[in-house]
This record gives sequence, structure tokens and C-alpha cells, in this order.
Amino acid sequence: MTATEAEFTPDSERIMAVSLGPQHPGAGHFRIRLWLDGDYLVRSEPDPGYVHRGEEKMGEYRNYIQNVPHLERPVILDSSNILLPYALAVDELMGNVVPPRAQYLRVIMSEINRIISHMYFLAIFGYFAGHTTMITWGMGDRDFWIDLAERIGGARVTFAYTIPGGVRNDMPAGLVEKGLNTCDWFDKRMDEYEKIFYRNPLVQQRTKGVGVLAKEDAIRLGATGTVLRASGVKHDLRRDEPYCCYDDLDFDVSSLGSGDCWDRAFVAHLEMRESVKIIRQALKQIPPGPVRLKLGPQPRVPPGEVYARTEAARGEMSYHIVSDGSPRPYRLKIGTPSFKNLAVLPHLLRNVHVADIPLIYWGLNYWPVESDR
Amino acid sequence: MKSPTSQTQPPPQATPAKPPAPPPKPEPVRAKEMAAQITRRFPDVKVDHMRERRLKVTTTPPGVKDLALFVRDELGFDHISAVSGVDWIAVNQLEIVYFVGSVSKPGYEDFVVAIAERVARDDPVVPTLIGVWPGAEYHERETHEMFGINFKGHPSNAHLILPEDWNDMPPLRKDYVSPGR
Repeated sequence: MTATEAEFTPDSERIMAVSLGPQHPGAGHFRIRLWLDGDYLVRSEPDPGYVHRGEEKMGEYRNYIQNVPHLERPVILDSSNILLPYALAVDELMGNVVPPRAQYLRVIMSEINRIISHMYFLAIFGYFAGHTTMITWGMGDRDFWIDLAERIGGARVTFAYTIPGGVRNDMPAGLVEKGLNTCDWFDKRMDEYEKIFYRNPLVQQRTKGVGVLAKEDAIRLGATGTVLRASGVKHDLRRDEPYCCYDDLDFDVSSLGSGDCWDRAFVAHLEMRESVKIIRQALKQIPPGPVRLKLGPQPRVPPGEVYARTEAARGEMSYHIVSDGSPRPYRLKIGTPSFKNLAVLPHLLRNVHVADIPLIYWGLNYWPVESDR
Repeated sequence: MKSPTSQTQPPPQATPAKPPAPPPKPEPVRAKEMAAQITRRFPDVKVDHMRERRLKVTTTPPGVKDLALFVRDELGFDHISAVSGVDWIAVNQLEIVYFVGSVSKPGYEDFVVAIAERVARDDPVVPTLIGVWPGAEYHERETHEMFGINFKGHPSNAHLILPEDWNDMPPLRKDYVSPGR
């Protein structure tokens, strides 16, 4: 406890309470209450909820197929990954055996989405670190992956592609070649990112040692995804609890040890390399066959309870679905990685300088819409 | 046919150097063993298998903290995954479910234990589990505002996701009807 924290009282004259957001250009639709002593942040309190849409209540009014399009709205950057655990949960309740080709297509789309989401995260992270090349290159290169996703799913951000029973449609002819070309090109681009951004001494000075999250705290606070792995915990559900066809594919789990902002960004960079590896293997190995089961517009789902979780771009995405045998879920709980990482935010946003707030906040890869649901 | 043309055996080819084998994955713990471990210590709880490596343990609010400490310290489930609630309006009960996983104990990474407790809908008071898993703080706050469950000992009962001036009933209860429905 520092001296400033000890003398803090809500009505103290030294301390000024400031509201960051919800209209701040960098904060998204999210507010953080800051208690400042000069340019020194004494403590903070997150205030989410500005983009709450009641997805869970909406899910109880719609049947299992109608739920697909609206459930991906909270995370338009990562829309296949938020639908994947939902599809796995409904498949588990119904006992669906998903065709192998659909398993591969689910993985390909999820990994493309992971790259799209990480590129967005890293581009804006670079901008907050004062590196404008990163945001222009990052946003530009992200579009090539969006093009690839558009060829498969037919839309640029919200494809509603992963559905219970498989995927919505097969990939078009010639996609394997285009996908492999994109992978080769992106590998070279990532070498350049490494040189221009991660190994840049100015960026390192700005981000190393800022917002350090110790390993014990990351576990204690329930951090997940890149935040957890940057703090030295090698936990990735794709390897630890393999779903779809991840156990047929060869990839590493990236983790670093110091848990600062640079590590959180670089883990995402390393994960993109692994994603490229996964996409390349999956495109080469994909078996022929059907891509979905015919479930009909209103499938019968037997009563039961299921908890399914997957590794989305930001971390563990989970669904708790309770079915009472009616066409609609009795309870649909969405556990999103951003909401799980919310507890880390007030832990890191104290006893730091104001200039570090954007880096720490964005370094958590927090997405307000995903958190509020 | 690929028959050899001569009787002599081909010279043995040098085998390419194999990469070192990865360390063997620890054997995943069996759900049944864990269920037995829990019921041995807590004979009153009800253990259900949601499926392989998903265990649901149902207890009562007074005993939930001991069970949670046992699950964290003895069984190694150190990572809170989610807190969910279910409104069983037909039997006038609310159910709170904590989903916990493990990130640091080898062999347990794919295991989820669900700790469930049921309370009456009219007076839903349960002890908070922040002392066991500090990450549960915001999950419990969300469950509080969405279901009206009071977590005894929780530092804040202010609205988290709902607007500050929300004065209707908790929206995820079954008798709350969304406007326009």
C-alpha cells in the first residue's frame, strides 16, 4: 500500500474522481471510474453495461436454430468462436455426430476469426503505444483474412457459419489454394511485424514492465486467454480439452512469463503464427464428405444440462445450457472471456500513471460488447 | 508388383533423426474417482455426471463454502470459469451454479466441476465464494442483479450491467416478461 492509497478517502481534496468513457474514443462503450492524485492513478472501478442487449433472455424466447444469428452479435470480430461452443453444446444435448469435413471447416473458420480478432487487437494496441504504422498495416492486412472468411461464409464479419449439426455451407472451389497463398504471405508479414513493432526499442520501452500481472494473481482472479498465457500459465483448451479436430493437428501453445503489456501483445502475435500453422494443415488434410446434419428449422432437443467451453480469441468462451425438452432453451448462459477478465482490470489499474491506462486497458484485449452481452 | 529384382537385401537406410518424444500426457483423472472422493468427505452432497469430465455437485447454502474449499485445495480446482443461475419457478427455487476448472494441476485441465446450490425464490440468500475464488466477484454481482440472489459478504450489491435506475424485478427470472412479448 502506497502513501497515496493510505490517505485516500472519497471526500479527500487531493483525490479527483474522473470518469473515463463511456464515450472515450479508445474505451469502447465502457466506463472506468478513476481516482486520481495528480497524474497518478490511485484506484479504479470498471463500470460495464452500456451495450447490454439481454442476449441470455433473448435466447430463452427463440429456438435453438433461431438463436444462431443473434448470439454472434456480441463479438463481431470473433463471431465464429462465440458460436462454436454453442454449437458444441447443442450437439452434445442432441447427441449429434458432426461430419468430419464440418469439424475441419469449423476449425478453419475459428482460426481465421482468431487472426482477424488478434490483428484488430494488435493494431489498436500499437496505436496506443504510439506506433502508427502498426494500426495502418494491421487494419490493412486484417482485410485479407476477412476476404478469405467472406469466401467461405458469405459475409465479412457476422457469417452465422458455425451452426448446430455442422457448418452452414461447404467452402467454394479453389479456396484451398487461396488459403495457402494467404498463409504464406502472412508468414512473411509477421516477420516484418516482429521487426518493426515487437523488436522496436521504443515500443519495448513503452510497454515492457507496464501492467505486470503475476502468475498467481492471474489464476486467482480467473484471467483467461492471452492474459493468462502472458503471465506464464500454459493453458489452452484447444490442447487441453481438444474439440472438433484439434487433436489431429500439430501446434504449440504460446506462453510467456513476465505478464506485462508487451508479453500480452506478443503472445497474441505468437498465437497468430500457430493459427496460420493450423489453417495450413487443416486446408491440406480436410476430408471430403457432407458438411452438416439436416436438423430442420425447429429441432427436438432432449432435456438435459450441458456446459461447453472452447478457446476463443480472447480466452475461454463457455455456454451453460439447460434444456427442458421444449424447442427453446430453458436457460442459456454465455460466459465470455472479456467478462472473465474484468476482475483483472481494477487489479492492474491502480498505482500507475495515467499515461499507462490505455495500454493496460487495451492490453487485456477487453471487448465491452462481448462482456455485456 | 514391387518384388525385388535381386536376392540381395537393399542396404539399410539411415533413419532420419527423430525429434525427442513429447513428455507423456498425464492420465486424466476419472470422474468416478473424484465423485467418490467428494462423497467420502461430504456424504450429504449429490453428485451427477453431466458427461465425462463434467461433474455437478449439488449442496446446500450452509455447506457450500466447505465444499468449495475442499474442491479448490484438495482437488486442485483453482480457476473460476463462470457463475450461472437457473430459475426453477415450478418448484419455487433458484439454483446457483459455480463452474470451476483447473489450470495448474496436470491432468485436470479438461475437467470442470459445477458446484450447485438451491434456495427458495422468496428469500434467496447464499454465502459469497469470493474468499475461495476472488475472480467470482463480478460473476456473483451479475447473478445478483439478474436473479435477485443476495450473496452474503459480497462487497458490492450495486448494479453492474443493468442501469443504475433499474427498479423492475431481476430480468432473468422466469416471471419477468420482456417488453413487447
